Amino acid sequence: MKFSYFPGCSLKGSGRAYEESLLPVLSALGVELEELDDWNCCGATAYMAVSDAAGYVLAARNLALAEQKKQDLVAPCSGCYLVLNKCQHYAAEYPDVATRVQETLKRDNLTYKGTTKVRHPLDILVNDIGLDAIKKRVTNPLKGFKIAPYYGCQIIRPYATFDDQHNPVTMDKLFKALGAEVVTYPLKTRCCGGSLTGTVTEVGQNMSYILLREAMRRGANVLATTCPLCQFNLDAYQGDISSDYHESVKMPIV
Amino acid sequence: MAIKQTIKYDSERDKSFPQEIMSRPGCEKLYGCIQCGTCSATCPVSTYMDYTPRQLMALTRAGFKKEALGSLTIWLCASCYACTVECPKEIKITDIMYALKRQAIQEGIYPKRFPIPVLAREFYNMVRSKGRVTENFLAVMMFLKSNPIAAIKTWKLGLNLMRTGRFAYKLDSMKQPAKMATLLDKADTGWKGGAR
Repeated sequence: MKFSYFPGCSLKGSGRAYEESLLPVLSALGVELEELDDWNCCGATAYMAVSDAAGYVLAARNLALAEQKKQDLVAPCSGCYLVLNKCQHYAAEYPDVATRVQETLKRDNLTYKGTTKVRHPLDILVNDIGLDAIKKRVTNPLKGFKIAPYYGCQIIRPYATFDDQHNPVTMDKLFKALGAEVVTYPLKTRCCGGSLTGTVTEVGQNMSYILLREAMRRGANVLATTCPLCQFNLDAYQGDISSDYHESVKMPIV
Repeated sequence: MAIKQTIKYDSERDKSFPQEIMSRPGCEKLYGCIQCGTCSATCPVSTYMDYTPRQLMALTRAGFKKEALGSLTIWLCASCYACTVECPKEIKITDIMYALKRQAIQEGIYPKRFPIPVLAREFYNMVRSKGRVTENFLAVMMFLKSNPIAAIKTWKLGLNLMRTGRFAYKLDSMKQPAKMATLLDKADTGWKGGAR
């Protein structure tokens, strides 16, 4: 299996560890990822707040590059995954958006048709490779790990492409296949605070605190997420949160 | 004690405002809102907002432009899309929030040193000049332009990021970022509610 790969800004920056573990794992399972040449920022949530038209062009340029290669596009960051999907949906639903995107990209000698599928690594692992194939390749079962599976918001909302919107289970199944114990974690899709954690800290960190506390209460010894921003929020601010709330919420976030 | 007018006359409403917002892609169903409050109930940030999402929908469609655009609500929305998914009338509330944010930035009606609109502007500028974003540089710009004192408090975080290899020392960029900027400006030109 071969895909185009859109790392996005996080996986080259604060989320480096995500890329460094994802690429070898997929390659061992026979999935080849080819990094999109000269990709650009997907637009994320911030861009949409300033200009939507330019935001769609940002996303569409990456999609057009993948279309040229006739490959589906893998976006591991939840933010990128949502924005690229959103661009596809809006271009299909609103002719104004589609026309604006196509006319603009023509300047860069690119065409956008909307034929490339945006895929998430989790989707590929569970639905393309399959849990049985993964199980066979396990050499070190994750014994002793009690994982709180945290999906965050943007891989399942608003577009539930490969899992249930209210109770996603792909991660649960994957971790069980790897030999870990999965704890019941009802907050699995509650927002971590997103960029609020760094901007309006009292609000954002409260949201992260709620998630960490619940994971502890449920007996988890590790919380796993697929989103680099969730990972950052829940990991990097644990010290601040613990001292602000007079309660240790320290646990590994992977 | 300063006395303020607390109730609006009908003539003081901006009746073209809801039409303007609804003309943006994704916002067309605003009038379908039945004020059930599902959005406010699902919103994880509504406890901090000055107007709940339900109230904001009501303000917007009734033409309370200043209140809607000046609210903290639109900037506290973290784009988790919970309201959009749960809305029984399938209103894309998150996208209406975005439309209000854009309008507020354009009209200059937002809390001036509030870090979130500053972050959005700085994000926009960085993408326009480099085509990509380098997170820690962006954070520094945001702090300098909103609250430099808060930046000092983050030194520990910065050190930890450096220690764990999560800190970028140089700005990432596309091969020809200037070309990208031309594209983005072209996309914006003449677009309804566009940034230029």
